[in-house]
Amino acid sequence: MAGHWRSAELVGARRETDTARSLTLRMEGGWPGHRPGQHVDVRLTAEDGYTAQRSYSLSAPAEGDTIEITVQRVLEGEVSPYLVDIMEIGDRLEVRGPLGGWFVWDPASTDPVVPVGGGAGIVPLMCMVRARRKERSKALFRMLYSVRSPEERYYSGELGPPASGDGGLDVFVAYTRRVPEGAARHPGRLGIADLNTHGLPPELGPLCFVCGPTGFVEAAADALVALGHDPRKIKTERFGPTGGHP
Amino acid sequence: MTTSSRFLPEERRLDANMLAGPLSEIFAVDLTPAFRRCSMCGHGGAFAQLHVYVDCPGLVARCPNCQSLVLRLVRNGNTVWLDLGGTGCLRLHLE
Ligand SMILES: Cc1cc2nc3c(=O)[nH]c(=O)nc-3n(C[C@H](O)[C@H](O)[C@H](O)COP(=O)(O)OP(=O)(O)OC[C@H]3O[C@@H](n4cnc5c(N)ncnc54)[C@H](O)[C@@H]3O)c2cc1C
Ligand SMILES: [Zn+2]
Repeated sequence: MAGHWRSAELVGARRETDTARSLTLRMEGGWPGHRPGQHVDVRLTAEDGYTAQRSYSLSAPAEGDTIEITVQRVLEGEVSPYLVDIMEIGDRLEVRGPLGGWFVWDPASTDPVVPVGGGAGIVPLMCMVRARRKERSKALFRMLYSVRSPEERYYSGELGPPASGDGGLDVFVAYTRRVPEGAARHPGRLGIADLNTHGLPPELGPLCFVCGPTGFVEAAADALVALGHDPRKIKTERFGPTGGHP
Repeated sequence: MTTSSRFLPEERRLDANMLAGPLSEIFAVDLTPAFRRCSMCGHGGAFAQLHVYVDCPGLVARCPNCQSLVLRLVRNGNTVWLDLGGTGCLRLHLE
């Protein structure tokens, strides 16, 4: 059952940036599979019994009983610095999931999609891109990815530009603080003009997935509505602080 | 743990997607994809689109349209308080 805490072992880890890494976890007792966009809750227990739990999006389709998450280190955070810098292969934690049946993309759907990610908000969108590739989906994906600088990009090998062989997938990266050499766009927030140019017109009725920090999500969702997108086709996932509840 | 004053409540709010885990301890069906009609303002939308605030004791979900309190979940050890006072009407698809 999804609501059950189950033990998981860290069996693989990969740096994405200086401050983020992807963790491959093997689930004891197997894994039922998940839909792209879903998340898990992770629970750590200290020796004195104190527990902390946080939510993390699944970043790739499951491989048998292994799942993958990508974690951004938050300064002075309770959980993320452990997951990014300290946890070692063979260490264990508890996982509950897969969770959430709304912020999900159906790989069988051929409707066009506009995934919009800010910072770590790219994680569930990457799961959609990987599922799209795995299922050989032909759905048109126009992705917009907002990130501070080239060094902070996750999955840079897989998420072009130039496009990585995923026909029908376009990725536009908006740098907010520092752009790579020769870039035409000045550093700045992802705005309505970017969404207008690099997204899809509302007439095509794309499904929009917006994920990232709360402020980013609200600004991007408002901009999509202002461009004429149907609010019912805009799905959001705010990555705010999830700590503070047991 | 201290909850931060670095952000205003609106800057910290989440979607009710994140309630999927906590509610799975109580309900057999995932409520987050359900369609909800607000009993206060008539607004219709996904349960997942409720705004969730984590700062309060426990979790509080509010209507994204009229901000009225929809659900409150507080857990203390193995005891759970669940206030569903403002849930409104839910429509669920069962697998
Ligand atoms: C549905 C969902 C999915 C998520 N998926 C991911 C994911 O795939 N990858 C990922 O890295 N994170 C994800 N998060 C965020 C994650 O759950 C934690 O909030 C984050 O890792 C910080 O936890 P912490 O214990 O390190 O920090 P805490 O100890 O909880 O917080 C430390 C300080 O940092 C502040 N803070 C906490 N989180 C943030 C934030 N996101 N932005 C700005 N300030 C913050 C707090 O207010 C506090 O002052 C997701 C959140 C949700 C709700
Ligand atoms: Zn309402």
